[in-house]
Amino acid sequence: MPVKRSDKTPMPHREPALRARDFEEVNEGYCFSHAMFEAERCLRCQDPVCIDGCPVRVPISDFMHAIAAGDMKKAAQLLRTANPLAAICGRVCPQESQCELKCHMSKRFGPVAIGHLERFVSDWEMQQPVEDEPLQPWREEKIAIVGSGPSGLVCAGELARMGYPVTVYEALHAPGGVLRYGIPEFRLPNSILDWEIASLERLGVSFVNNVIIGKTLTLDQLFREMGYAAVFIGTGAGLPKFMGIPGESLNGVYSANEFLTRINLMQAFEFPQAETPLKVGRRVAVIGSGNTAMDAVRSALRLGAERAMVVYRRSEKEMTARIEEYEHAIEEGVEFHWLTNPVEVLGEEGWVTGLKCVKMKLGEPDESGRARPIPIEGSEFVFPVDNVVLSIGTRPNPLLAKATPGLKTHSWGGLLVDERQVETSVHRVYAGGDAVTGAATVILAAGAGKRAAEAIHSDLAADTATA
Amino acid sequence: MVKIVEKRQLTAITRLYRVEAPLIARAARAGQFVIVRVREGGERIPLTITDYDRDSGLLTIVVQEVGATTRRLGLLEEGEEILDMVGPLGEAPDIPGGGHIVGVGGGYGSAALLCLMRELSNRGEDTTIVMGARSRDLLILSDELAGVCDHLEICTDDGSAGFKGFVTERLQEMIEGQPPGRPDFVIAIGPMPMMRAVEETTRAAGIANVASLDPLMIDGTGMCGGCRVTVGGQVRFACVDGPFFDAHEVDFNEAVQRSKMYVKEEQRAADCQRAAAGAA
Ligand SMILES: Cc1cc2nc3c(=O)[nH]c(=O)nc-3n(C[C@H](O)[C@H](O)[C@H](O)COP(=O)(O)OP(=O)(O)OC[C@H]3O[C@@H](n4cnc5c(N)ncnc54)[C@H](O)[C@@H]3O)c2cc1C
Ligand SMILES: Cc1cc2nc3c(=O)[nH]c(=O)nc-3n(C[C@H](O)[C@H](O)[C@H](O)COP(=O)(O)OP(=O)(O)OC[C@H]3O[C@@H](n4cnc5c(N)ncnc54)[C@H](O)[C@@H]3O)c2cc1C
Ligand code: SF4
Ligand code: SF4
Ligand code: FES
Repeated sequence: MPVKRSDKTPMPHREPALRARDFEEVNEGYCFSHAMFEAERCLRCQDPVCIDGCPVRVPISDFMHAIAAGDMKKAAQLLRTANPLAAICGRVCPQESQCELKCHMSKRFGPVAIGHLERFVSDWEMQQPVEDEPLQPWREEKIAIVGSGPSGLVCAGELARMGYPVTVYEALHAPGGVLRYGIPEFRLPNSILDWEIASLERLGVSFVNNVIIGKTLTLDQLFREMGYAAVFIGTGAGLPKFMGIPGESLNGVYSANEFLTRINLMQAFEFPQAETPLKVGRRVAVIGSGNTAMDAVRSALRLGAERAMVVYRRSEKEMTARIEEYEHAIEEGVEFHWLTNPVEVLGEEGWVTGLKCVKMKLGEPDESGRARPIPIEGSEFVFPVDNVVLSIGTRPNPLLAKATPGLKTHSWGGLLVDERQVETSVHRVYAGGDAVTGAATVILAAGAGKRAAEAIHSDLAADTATA
Repeated sequence: MVKIVEKRQLTAITRLYRVEAPLIARAARAGQFVIVRVREGGERIPLTITDYDRDSGLLTIVVQEVGATTRRLGLLEEGEEILDMVGPLGEAPDIPGGGHIVGVGGGYGSAALLCLMRELSNRGEDTTIVMGARSRDLLILSDELAGVCDHLEICTDDGSAGFKGFVTERLQEMIEGQPPGRPDFVIAIGPMPMMRAVEETTRAAGIANVASLDPLMIDGTGMCGGCRVTVGGQVRFACVDGPFFDAHEVDFNEAVQRSKMYVKEEQRAADCQRAAAGAA
């Protein structure tokens, strides 16, 4: 096949001026001809290194070939077998540091748009009529999944396909984890998550919301009273960190989790028809530079902020957000203040009025290998703001570990797992995703769910063999 | 979905519900709470577990109408269902044994003392409940409360029942030695101004005091930090670390300030709900 000497086909997207005022999806998706053209850019390399960049090893060159050949059904099947959450990952994976980083095409032209094509194929799949009969579990051993984020969803789906009766317990009133309460509609419409969950239900997975394992039921009860043979913990890393600077409890200061939960889970953008309020003033400062910070700052714009800014103590180079979100944020008018560290939230009569910051410079690399930011003396200044949103990271929630004797964690809260990276310190209790790794990515969580499902299957089979 | 099997009007704006929530009833401990949502698009609001029965799987909650969600809950009848209920949330308070334990309640807080004081009485403690209301017709569950403690002290602002005056005035008399005697430990549940006044009273007398804080909450699992309160200079999440805290260490100014964050929005939600009800 001749090499296509062209750059990556751009993703069609809605005009910044329009989209920055509503919560509709920003990217519009490729049309058929875009997709075929883009798939043909793939060289079908002898050594498809792109696959090494993908945590779940999607057979990228095969699925590109299927698209180029117009065989959408095959493309969808290849994709879904490797990555059960392809419609989501196509939209939210940091492709630039994973599959697309490795792609041979990226050296001279742009990489093949693997993510965009993954989205294209999944969107096609979602529009097809459902043909498969609903599955009935055919095995005896019941499995419980704790938490309905990507790790739990994938683990549930894989086990259901193997014939196990699976129940997913979720603490909130709707399933999906961060995909529901964290990532906003304009990046990941809820309808996509709903479709994924409906597909799992067709595979026989049951979802029980409003149950907190460790509060409503204990892990021990799941085994001893309810007869589960194994449990997977995918409880994520939802505990927000605060900075510990003065003024953090002033009205108008939010954790990014609270800010985004009010919007995504509780639909605050439809207030007062939806009854959960959110206070967004004219000027909003978001502290941090990850995907969460981008989501928060762009949501603030959409809720009417005139000035929405990101404040980060390191430089643009150390930013951790997906590059596409950063570019979209710039187009939408978000201001970025690099090398700027907040030292105090200022307030009057209990309400935020400003954010006092100090300018930073970069020094020697720190433990994380990134240049250590050092305050420049005497450079303090104040941003007048009405809201401050803290997006400086999250930790695993200690709730379940605290309630479960024997469930061991690292000092920072992550669950300890065995050398296979799946089983916890409690027999037949498995874990994966952010609860084990700390805040990471959707695809790593999905991969962990898949790995745990395989381990559960082989461990239970071994149990039966020796019984 | 949680089915309402009994609804009782306690005062013009306070109702008691008994609901079928077997998992929560089984796991519940006195002093914990649940979070409910009444309709799609509705708020999640915390409500104390007033009582629970592990055998029948029934849970009792007492709701005081103050805004859109509590009013909507008030419209639900026996046989109807509450959309979502999750719990039990928070930690049961750790109340040291021995001595005279006094529970002080105001508003829905009196009801919240019910199973907590019963548990302490069953444990063999010397227990008193001091409950307050503006007038006789606003007192709730006084018969039930009388049955779970050694002494029930009723206070009304207008003197229409029991002691005439605030709960803190009665508490002060007890501290000074009037029967049923000086408290060794005080538990306060009620409106913030009441808990604050109780704290001032116990502090002056050097008496240990816990208060059940009721900040705004969303998830109730430690995920949002919206419920944060400052206790002893430390930021704590009331939904997982509380709701009971050492009252002498609580930054009440901050807590009161934070509870007012959405006063305007709450008004708008209530107006919107009334308009919708009017149109229907
Ligand atoms: C705002 C935001 C944006 C992000 N953007 C991206 C992105 O663009 N790309 C990307 O790859 N990653 C992104 N991430 C990270 C990614 O979402 C997470 O790494 C991923 O969701 C982790 O999945 P998980 O399965 O471990 O758990 P989570 O998604 O955290 O879900 C855990 C679930 O478990 C439930 N739970 C917790 N405890 C209990 C319990 N005791 N009982 C029952 N249920 C419980 C929780 O309520 C939650 O629903 C983002 C994260 C955030 C917060
Ligand atoms: C741990 C905990 C336990 C609780 N237990 C009970 C209970 O058993 N019975 C009960 O009736 N209520 C209880 N509450 C209070 C209850 O959650 C609020 O009254 C409710 O959220 C109000 O919702 P709304 O939409 O009806 O009113 P909103 O429109 O939200 O508020 C209307 C008015 O009530 C005030 N208000 C709002 N939230 C609170 C609050 N948390 N505490 C005090 N005032 C508030 C507002 O400032 C406003 O003036 C508890 C709160 C917490 C945190
Ligand atoms: S799952 Fe993510 S990393 Fe893997 S191929 Fe798809 S977009 Fe790339
Ligand atoms: S490295 Fe790039 S060009 Fe080669 S197979 Fe993978 S996607 Fe295609
Ligand atoms: S209510 Fe969200 S952390 Fe307490």
